[in-house]
Amino acid sequence: MSSVAHLPQDPLPIGPRPAPQALGGQLTAWLRANLFASIPSSIMTLLLLFLLGKACIGLWQWGIANAVWIVSGNDSSACRALRGVGACWAVVPEKYRFILFGTYPFDEQWRPALAVVIFIALFAVSSRRSFWRKELFLLWAAALIVIGCLMWGGFLGLSFVTQDRWGGLPVTLILATFGLAFGFPLGILVALGRRSKLPAIRSLCVLYVELIRGVPLISLLFMASVMFPLFMPDGVNIDKLLRAQIAFILYAGAYLAEVVRGGLQAVPRGQYEAGDALGLSYWQKHALIVLPQAIRHVIPPLVNTFIAFFKDTSLVLIIGIFDLLTTAKTAIVDPACSRSASRSMSSSA
Amino acid sequence: MTTSTPKRPPARPWRLSLSDPRVAGLFWQVLVVGIAVAVVAFLWSNAIHNLSVRRISTGFAFLGREAGMPIADSWIDYTPKDTYLRAFIVGIVNTLRVAVIGIVLATVIGTLVGIARLSSNWLLARLAAVYVEVLRDLPLLLQLLFWYVLMQGLPAARQAWKPVEGVYLSNRGLILPSVPLHEANWWTILALVAGLIVFTFVRRRLIAQQMLDGRARPAWPYALGLVVALPALVSFLSGASWSITLPELRGFNFVGGLTLAPEYFALLIALVTYTSAFIAEIVRSGIQAVPRGQSDAAKALGLKRSFVLQHIVLPQALRVIIPPMTSQYLNLTKNSSLAVAVGYQDIVSVANTTLNQTGQAIESIALIMMVFLTISLGISLFMNWYNARIALVER
Repeated sequence: MSSVAHLPQDPLPIGPRPAPQALGGQLTAWLRANLFASIPSSIMTLLLLFLLGKACIGLWQWGIANAVWIVSGNDSSACRALRGVGACWAVVPEKYRFILFGTYPFDEQWRPALAVVIFIALFAVSSRRSFWRKELFLLWAAALIVIGCLMWGGFLGLSFVTQDRWGGLPVTLILATFGLAFGFPLGILVALGRRSKLPAIRSLCVLYVELIRGVPLISLLFMASVMFPLFMPDGVNIDKLLRAQIAFILYAGAYLAEVVRGGLQAVPRGQYEAGDALGLSYWQKHALIVLPQAIRHVIPPLVNTFIAFFKDTSLVLIIGIFDLLTTAKTAIVDPACSRSASRSMSSSA
Repeated sequence: MTTSTPKRPPARPWRLSLSDPRVAGLFWQVLVVGIAVAVVAFLWSNAIHNLSVRRISTGFAFLGREAGMPIADSWIDYTPKDTYLRAFIVGIVNTLRVAVIGIVLATVIGTLVGIARLSSNWLLARLAAVYVEVLRDLPLLLQLLFWYVLMQGLPAARQAWKPVEGVYLSNRGLILPSVPLHEANWWTILALVAGLIVFTFVRRRLIAQQMLDGRARPAWPYALGLVVALPALVSFLSGASWSITLPELRGFNFVGGLTLAPEYFALLIALVTYTSAFIAEIVRSGIQAVPRGQSDAAKALGLKRSFVLQHIVLPQALRVIIPPMTSQYLNLTKNSSLAVAVGYQDIVSVANTTLNQTGQAIESIALIMMVFLTISLGISLFMNWYNARIALVER
């Protein structure tokens, strides 16, 4: 008690220290903190700035300064004279119809264009939460039938176009959309099968998933294009695009099954048991309780798989189906622009 | 003392109805397996019928026949007069050559980019982010074709680019200086490997002793002896020569040196850059998964920066990194089959040519599957072993 009495009654007020003042303005402070914090960091910044500047100048010279924008008629000598020092953007306005629609008859190309528009409208509608109703399934089915009719034709004065003349963007969209639309339910079924208590069903699902995931997609596509006809009875001939589509569905199914299985494992056991206790059947339990939770868990990896799958559709090039990448590649086989156009390809795909 | 063992409830009698879960389970299994067997049998009988119509004999006898297939880029001796079996082996070696070197390079570059993305240097972090996003979002096939077209657009051998003495970049590919390896060189390399293995054991033993009494024992004298002196001695005794041969331009092509064909080089660059973008993200997530308190605590103990990274942060980050890294390695190996698109003859390309020449579709595809399943299983087993080794040891 007495020690307290020794303290001065009114201790000297010590205010908070003022915040450290950065030298110079806000920009200088930011530069010092983020680009020139230490000597190695400063060296790195200067080096990167130098390289970045060189790259930008090179890109400017190639893409803008030395580029050929328009060629008159079919004369590609201007492009050929470039020898890679400039871009040949003229190839894009010249060949864009071919890049987008491949070898589809030129006068009929409004049909694949309309199909693409329907696809995009379908995606836009499906991404709105207010449209998530049962009718959406009917809409999808109707739209896909319309797209099929448009692409094939053969009625109402539309001329019939065989599948091997389809190409470009519609093919990419068809492969990706149908692949996911059928692959996802297949994946869910296989994921459930792999977690089933029934040994025969479980081992079948494991065999399917591991076999598909163990081999490259290319060998599956080769199988679809070369081996599939061998397995069909005489006289049955399925066209190439459909065979590739089946390969894609099987491929997507195996990968999506593993993602969904991860989600199923994350659902606590109590949820299953609660479903059992309510007397729900196997399918009711999974459809109403387990799957909604499981799929919500795995939305980020599902999106990753979807994007990877969309990129993988470009592999149909190898079995000779004309998707967007192939048409772009074919359009630039014109040797004049080959080097420069490979870059224009990356901007168009 | 009486222990009451819980009595098992008496087994319920089977009811022949789908409401009995056991009967239902049996029913569904028989149904599904039956359908699967029926489908396979149907396809198989069609295949047998079609093969007999086309006069193609099944079996692997065709492997002994002469392949007549030229393979330009091969590390083992091969001529078109060799058998299909040898062509397949060349294909497998070519696949492994891309996959193994690709995995090593992708890991190194990916780790560097992943760390760069976490750098405090704003410019470096942004550039690393751009690298990752651009490479990750474009299809691999597109990137592969881009690099291949770029390779073909390079100047001819006579006007080859020469960034450094002895390194040439032309439309013949990348030509590097090389060291010719004779028997004596191999003995030296063997001594180096043996020295490294022994040194690992010695180091482990030193650390175990330090654990007992807390005294640090320097490992560098052993390293000097086993990894430097031993190979040097072997090299001296066996008279190995380590002269470097520089490639030389003679006529229209290069002589000497190590040549990476444009197809191989394009495939390698495409695979490495594409996979490294994914690996960079994995490494970044792994490092971010280590709580900041861990490195702060280590710094507060006065440990050196390199020690903190090596012994505190990295072991914890690796636990997060290894499983997704394994699937990236598997992806790279499977993606190497895109070689077909640029004409590099890997196993898929060789099998495809074989298939077109002989019509042995089932056998060729089966061989591809076997090779890839074996490689995939090998990588999985190794990575699982490594993962188990670094896993957190809990009570």
